[in-house]
Amino acid sequence: MSHHIVSMQGVHFVYADGHPALNGVDFTIHHGEAVGIVGANGAGKSTLLLHLVGLLLATEGMVRVGDCPVTPKTLVEIRRHVGFVFQDPNDQLFMPTVAEDVAFGPLNQHLPEAEVDRRVKAALDCVGIAHLADRAPHRLSGGERRAAAIATVLALDPDILLLDEPSSALDPASRRRLIGWLSSFTHTRIIATHDLDLVLEVCPRTIVLQGGKVIADGVTEELLADRGLLEGAGLELPLRMQGWTPGR
Amino acid sequence: MTYLDRALSHVAALDDLARRETPLTRLDPRAKVIVTFAFLVTVASFGRHQVSQPLPLLVYLAAAMAFGDIPWRVVLARLAIASPFAILVGMWNPIFEAQLVQLGPWTIAAGWLSLVSILERFSLALMIVLLLLATTGMDAVAAALGRLGMPRVLVTQVLLLHRYGFVLGAEISRMMRAHLLRAAGRAPELSTARSMLGGLFLRSIARAERVHEAMLCRGFDGVVRRRSRMHLGARDALFVCGSTGFFALVRLVDLPRLLEPVFS
Repeated sequence: MSHHIVSMQGVHFVYADGHPALNGVDFTIHHGEAVGIVGANGAGKSTLLLHLVGLLLATEGMVRVGDCPVTPKTLVEIRRHVGFVFQDPNDQLFMPTVAEDVAFGPLNQHLPEAEVDRRVKAALDCVGIAHLADRAPHRLSGGERRAAAIATVLALDPDILLLDEPSSALDPASRRRLIGWLSSFTHTRIIATHDLDLVLEVCPRTIVLQGGKVIADGVTEELLADRGLLEGAGLELPLRMQGWTPGR
Repeated sequence: MTYLDRALSHVAALDDLARRETPLTRLDPRAKVIVTFAFLVTVASFGRHQVSQPLPLLVYLAAAMAFGDIPWRVVLARLAIASPFAILVGMWNPIFEAQLVQLGPWTIAAGWLSLVSILERFSLALMIVLLLLATTGMDAVAAALGRLGMPRVLVTQVLLLHRYGFVLGAEISRMMRAHLLRAAGRAPELSTARSMLGGLFLRSIARAERVHEAMLCRGFDGVVRRRSRMHLGARDALFVCGSTGFFALVRLVDLPRLLEPVFS
């Protein structure tokens, strides 16, 4: 994959129960961009992310990751370059220990054991949880679990990171650490979230979804300052832009 | 804390014990699995009226627990939880097996002997399995079973069952708590229990799908690959040979009877 453009062109998707989740989504995201996907519940954020890693395939339209269209034949190649962090870390951490979970992806890439070890160490160091390597995932705190989930994806050395509600159920300190990691990564980052303050800090660009359609796509600071746009999409101004001061 | 929470914490406590550094935890998991299997075969091979002959195995367990630094209360507490099942199995023996046997100066129904034998063998078997888990950990046991020839699909199932047992347990616990808070202390009615179970089943399927998707995203192709961290050495060979030799001795020679004159 020579460059890491992610694009959707006229993408429609209808769930098996007939519910239309995406209704003609178009966008192009370039290498190294950090993009926030925001919208109310049911706007299609998670469905959109699932398309980018081929867990759902478009009913109509074209999804491309780099040079590859996302089709059943290209999934292995696509998933080698795209790392997906699920909303619930419990879904992502299925191995008995954190280190084994982080090693799961590199082992599936048939890398030599020394390289797997190197990647596990690097991924755990990157999110500061090397000391948790031998712990069972179910014994970790919410923040530690989130860090481990991100490490499992970093160990794949992906070019593109997809994160679904990465800050949900995190305490403020864990959320702050998460924002630090996300800001420091140089990967292409696509973050679906309700946490508009996180988007403000991490993503220079934002895509607003409503009813499975892109209703706005542009500079984060401009879009997230637009009260009318946000309220129309079932959102509200980020706390930082609400002008709240203590005692008011 | 609900009964389920306590049960899960019991399982987690065994995993914690297995993470410590002791002479037994340092042994290769395969060696411990082989010895456990040999122990179980030995225990199962005793006749139903042989009560005294297996007793030296208890000495073996005591020694192993000392080497593994496993507190007795950990094993005995779990034994107490499981013992009603064994009692249920053997409790009718004194009635149905009424022929009389001579036991030293006493004449008793043979069923009492078989009841004691069942409880003894059940306790020995459970204790060795608990010892294995407390010195090895469930994941290492599963890996060892895989390396010893257990089908990969079963190993994967054991691993996932162990991992998601905790998640499922926590989910049931939350459900029960939510019910308790709105049920004025009453147990769930049949229709409520049915819909709770149905909800749990659907949620489990949804989670299984998400876990599978997460695995696919990281290149899963049907085989769970793990890094090999097992090395059989001379110490492991000595442990296997010494232990199985002792089991054979206990099985072939009635040591308590042999040693009786020494202690009398």
